[in-house]
Amino acid sequence: MSLYHLQKLLYQLNRDPAVRKQYEQNFEELLAGYELTAEELRAIREPDIGLLYVMGVNGQILMHYAALRGFEWDAYIEAMREGERRYGPVRAGLYKRAGQTS
Amino acid sequence: MSLVFAGVLSHAPGITGRANRADPALRDEFYANLDRMRRALEAARADALVVIGAEHFANFFMNNMPSLCVGMADAYEGPIEDVEWLRIARTRVPGAADLSQRLITGMMREVDLAYAQEWKFDHGIMVPLHFLTPRYDLPVIPVNINCQGPPLIPLARCWAFGRALRRACDESPERIAVVGTGGISHWPATPDSGKINEAWDRAFLEKFLGNRREELLAYTDEETYRDAGQGGFEIRTFIALAGCTEGSRGELWFYAPIPIFAVGCTVAVMRLAPLAAERAAAA
Repeated sequence: MSLYHLQKLLYQLNRDPAVRKQYEQNFEELLAGYELTAEELRAIREPDIGLLYVMGVNGQILMHYAALRGFEWDAYIEAMREGERRYGPVRAGLYKRAGQTS
Repeated sequence: MSLVFAGVLSHAPGITGRANRADPALRDEFYANLDRMRRALEAARADALVVIGAEHFANFFMNNMPSLCVGMADAYEGPIEDVEWLRIARTRVPGAADLSQRLITGMMREVDLAYAQEWKFDHGIMVPLHFLTPRYDLPVIPVNINCQGPPLIPLARCWAFGRALRRACDESPERIAVVGTGGISHWPATPDSGKINEAWDRAFLEKFLGNRREELLAYTDEETYRDAGQGGFEIRTFIALAGCTEGSRGELWFYAPIPIFAVGCTVAVMRLAPLAAERAAAA
């Protein structure tokens, strides 16, 4: 697990226009700059918003990536619920202590 | 001069971004009370507005996370979010660098702070400003309390920060307004978004409005997480405001859970009283 790097990628994508440009022009090159596992890379590329949530990405970071990838609000919420159903409780980060949040 | 206005209000992005999906009557009553707060702020003729917020990974990340940070810039920008998503136009917000520096210097006698001369506002500050200073013509001094990335600052130190802010304000010739913005109970941006613990909120607000220090500082993060969600950690902003207005009592102008806004929407204003030390000196 490299939740720190996973969140850092999304944090920088959310706030830095240069990183956003790189995302648009060469996504793979951007991803290569972070220490990410194969599972994390799959979740980012797909995107599998539910898996990113279960991996522990903070919702305040994740909701903007979901919006960037075309998820309306209700679809974003449902994607996280589907993630819990498919992958189980949140594994790390702020939401881990409560385990199953729903 | 001194503190001339203090209050608390909600800042959830849905308040503007999903405005069309809320119960219109409830939303409009909430908006009306935010506008009442704007009028009260304008009547206070403040020279600057300190916004004690809890930003959400717009500027601060776990590579270098301050517990407390105060802005010290001549201007800020916001919102950082997609403007269509938040439905607040991107703008430049005036700062008050000189006053910031004096407040920070004063506060540092009592508390440790970080400062920032560059700061991009997210919804945590832009939503309050959208309602309170819609023309963005009042200089703003942002304060961030880390409420997202544990370890989090203990509540007692938030109160101490608020007290230090009050003393620094009292030493400044400017007329200063302060608002706290956060929580109260909510589970934002999670599968439980829209869940609100109204009973918990009302119990917290009663303690907040009564400025009941011991009871406010008795909350533990474990209890808050269980009963009020991770968004409940933002009570730190209310507690800092309570420390800043120690000895004062508050008036609740509006509270109602609005699930599509993902928060119990709150507007409250403090009836400002002199600090205990000032009262003792005057006696």
